[in-house]
Amino acid sequence: MLRLEKLEKTYKTGDQALKSVQLQVPEGQVLALIGPSGAGKSTLIRCINRLVEPTSGKVYLGEVELTGLSSNNLRRERRRMGMIFQEYALVERLSVMENVLSGRLGYVGFWRSFLRRFPQSDVDEAFRLLERVGLAHMADKRADELSGGQRQRVGICRALIQNPALLLVDEPTASLDPKTSRQIMRLICELCKERGLAAIINIHDVALAQMFVQRVIGLRFGAIEFDGPPEGLTPEVLTTIYGEEDWEATIEAVDDDGDIKVTK
Amino acid sequence: MSEINSFISKPWSKPSFIKRPWLRWTLIIFFLTYLLAAYATIDVNWSRVYEGLERGKKFVLAFTNPDFTTRSSDIYEGMFESIIMTITSSVVGIAISIPIALGAARNIAPLPVYLICRSIIAISRALQEIIVAILLVAIFGFGPLAGFLTLSFATIGFLSKLLAEDIESMDKVQAEAIEASGAKWMQWINYGVQPQVMPRLIGLSIYRLDINFRESAILGLVGAGGIGATLNTAFDRYEYDTAAAILLIIIMIVMALEYMSGVIRARVQ
Repeated sequence: MLRLEKLEKTYKTGDQALKSVQLQVPEGQVLALIGPSGAGKSTLIRCINRLVEPTSGKVYLGEVELTGLSSNNLRRERRRMGMIFQEYALVERLSVMENVLSGRLGYVGFWRSFLRRFPQSDVDEAFRLLERVGLAHMADKRADELSGGQRQRVGICRALIQNPALLLVDEPTASLDPKTSRQIMRLICELCKERGLAAIINIHDVALAQMFVQRVIGLRFGAIEFDGPPEGLTPEVLTTIYGEEDWEATIEAVDDDGDIKVTK
Repeated sequence: MSEINSFISKPWSKPSFIKRPWLRWTLIIFFLTYLLAAYATIDVNWSRVYEGLERGKKFVLAFTNPDFTTRSSDIYEGMFESIIMTITSSVVGIAISIPIALGAARNIAPLPVYLICRSIIAISRALQEIIVAILLVAIFGFGPLAGFLTLSFATIGFLSKLLAEDIESMDKVQAEAIEASGAKWMQWINYGVQPQVMPRLIGLSIYRLDINFRESAILGLVGAGGIGATLNTAFDRYEYDTAAAILLIIIMIVMALEYMSGVIRARVQ
């Protein structure tokens, strides 16, 4: 459903963030993208919806080639890609409801959105989503009054109300505590399953990735070093992705309840 | 290990901004000498100051006995005109400033638009209000129209520049999130940018309203309407009690605006 062909990105500073990345994501597959800081994980995700313009290569979403689209057509295609951000990226001074409804901006005209008169079906869907993540009672609170976990839930609603086919998730748990991180990851994965969405999740926490996804991609210096099931992440593999370190504890130290077991 | 011993038990002081001591001291001495010489060239005519003190005393004493009544209709008219000039010019100026500010923010506007908007701002800021007013009085004649245009023009330079700076320092990811949803440009501005800069826009607008009122009291001196004309006449006639009354009213209105802006800014935080 999503296909990257020889995707490359070189920044103006000369940093080559992506080196000829080849990747196919079938319908409904949730995959985690791991790798050290600066490996190009964020760049890869942003090159897909062209928040960052790729230098060369092609991105196909279904049959549509995104890389060649005019800005108007790109806008239309962006509606099919929901994005969830590190640090939530909610518009702080807007209400929770406005933030969720902003996911519909690609579908409604300017005046409707300006006057905040969204179609009833959008409002209903927004309440349904907020209810699903347990925040329906917060609809009229301002986004900056929420806790980190709550904000990320709103961010998830905003991405889902776009009715996307694909979720691009950039470090969803980077600033959350371990328990909330698990809850957020579980929520994202459950929702993907419910709606049959494919997702690419950038994540630092290898153990967390292993718990929730079917496929892991390891990125190092902008190139794919590993592509396989989470069980395939052996200490040797992690060493090729991240460099030398004692990996035994990382792989086995966590179980599903969020407790840290000591296995030494 | 041997290096550390050369630092231990020696006093430490912050390195000087200018490292070479001779250069540092030359610059300091040069500056002080210049300063002394510069003050020495300002010559003071002490007998004139003494004469003036008498007039100054009269003026200050007039504040204890301001005359609101004798010229009340002049004061009322001037004040009325000033307030009209203030409000109309602020509204027009702010309305024009917003699109120019968007164009003058480098993170939003393409380079050609940016350069055009920045030049408009530069022109508006380079020309001082009084100079613009003199020019506009020459074109449109005496009266509040020239004042209104002057203040609108000045508002654009002030507000666009400061608002553009706020837009440039906004949080990029919030705007990015709106962009990623497939929003149109105007929707992106409305949802991603506007909420972030709104408190600043409101604060600046009230501050500019305040400035425009104070400026409107000056513009009368060059014939551009408002309370300034009345004030000028009062001074010319040595009617210090009327002048004191006018100044007191101006001070009160400015203080009221100040208070109002505090209340509003606290609310829009």
